[in-house]
Amino acid sequence: MNYLPDFPRLLPYLPDLMAGLMTTVWLTALTTTLGILGAVMCVWQRHRAPTSLFSRLLGMLVELLRNTPFIVQLFFIFFGLPALGLSLSAEMAAVIAMTLNLAAYSSEILRAGVDATGRGQWEAGRALGLTRWQSYRHVVLMPALERMYPALTSQCVIVMLGSAVVSQISVADLTFAANFIQSRTFLSFESYVVTAGMYLLLAIAMRALLNRIGRRLFGFRHLTPAPRRRLSSHVLKEAHS
Amino acid sequence: MSLLAEVSALDSASSDAAVSEKAAVTESAPVSDSALDTESAKAPLVSLSALTKSFGDLPVLKGIDLEVRPGEVVSIIGRSGSGKSTLLRCINQLEQHDGGAIHVAGKLLDGSEMDAAALAQDVGMVFQSFNLFPHKRVGENVMLAPMLVKGVARDVAEREAREMLAKVGLGEKFDAWPSQLSGGQQQRVAIARALAMHPKVLLCDEITSALDPELVGDVLKVLEQLKREGMTLILVTHEMNFARDVGDRVIFMHQGRVHESGDPATLFANPATEELRQFLGAVL
Repeated sequence: MNYLPDFPRLLPYLPDLMAGLMTTVWLTALTTTLGILGAVMCVWQRHRAPTSLFSRLLGMLVELLRNTPFIVQLFFIFFGLPALGLSLSAEMAAVIAMTLNLAAYSSEILRAGVDATGRGQWEAGRALGLTRWQSYRHVVLMPALERMYPALTSQCVIVMLGSAVVSQISVADLTFAANFIQSRTFLSFESYVVTAGMYLLLAIAMRALLNRIGRRLFGFRHLTPAPRRRLSSHVLKEAHS
Repeated sequence: MSLLAEVSALDSASSDAAVSEKAAVTESAPVSDSALDTESAKAPLVSLSALTKSFGDLPVLKGIDLEVRPGEVVSIIGRSGSGKSTLLRCINQLEQHDGGAIHVAGKLLDGSEMDAAALAQDVGMVFQSFNLFPHKRVGENVMLAPMLVKGVARDVAEREAREMLAKVGLGEKFDAWPSQLSGGQQQRVAIARALAMHPKVLLCDEITSALDPELVGDVLKVLEQLKREGMTLILVTHEMNFARDVGDRVIFMHQGRVHESGDPATLFANPATEELRQFLGAVL
């Protein structure tokens, strides 16, 4: 136990770490956007026609993605799909795997939010002549997202942290850079301490950003409280004075 | 140059023709319009015949016949479970009827999803629980349907929304969030939102039942004003005073049928059936 950490020796590799960080950032930004969009469409399809073949297949895909390890999904897409004639670059495979994974988890989160929306909101939309899609898009979706926003934020951060795995298929992300530096310098302790610190800062920054976006999107503070139902006889005596 | 001039001359000529054509149409319009008006004044706006509806094995409506003429205010009363709300919800197809026929403004409703947008322009609805959109400001609540369903331009929709909100006494609440309003104000916004589609008939499903007693009056005043303006109203209500003073006709429903109906004064003073007598005894 007389190891003296030597952080300054990492300095020459700072550009590699920053490049890796940028890769992690753009991968996360792209896949969270696509993943949430995918979830929104998946929830719509499964709400619109819950018993259709397509919806059932989607449901099975969601369960498959939620119940298998992410690294296996990634390896399947990168190493397995070429057997079917579909060869993808490492970055492309990473984007697809991360997007599908986030879409699967967040579609279940969003579905809970949509299910929790009162029937009255759908009926109000319908009574005003909105189509089901318009009701979903303009009436139901935003309050459902708002309701589930903390859970969705967490899921997005989980996907960012989980993206470390894509280094295993040679995507040059932050973890890839750490592995590279560690193998060059044998400064394992220093490399991973610095990398862990960068992930931590990235996660904190991401939460702060998402919270900020949330406040922007959901400026309406509180959902309408459920109206109290009064006994009609009370109303009768007071009314129409 | 000369070609351009020729084209523009042609243009103005054709638009001149269009203008004069339009003028001709508008000139002849008043005659046909008023003819239509007297025609539609006689024809019922909403007409139900032999309407039936069951929820699973439970028959809720067992053959309803009802005609509502333009400008009429019809109150539907009855115990809970008598089918009042279901009847109302069939008229704008929130529930699909099993048998019988519903005509609104002369059109037969066949329950297809397709005509929901068209139906919404004939029939507006206000709910007991307001159902305002919590994530949209008051003004946007009112503007949403005209813009999405009718394709009204934003500035036109906004002008109309301000007009409608002023009509229900909430002109200054355009930028408020629904959660910042009292129940009575929310319900009046809901009325403005329904009116923004310019429906021919407004369905009100116990719209004062969820309100604090002191807020009920404001909402009823709006309904009275609508009646004065000639709006057709069908209300499921527990407001017997309102039904008597403002309503043109009262329908008493009992066990899925129209048990008794007539003008409010007679019906409340001399109920013909034992069921209505009991009901009135319980609520008045």
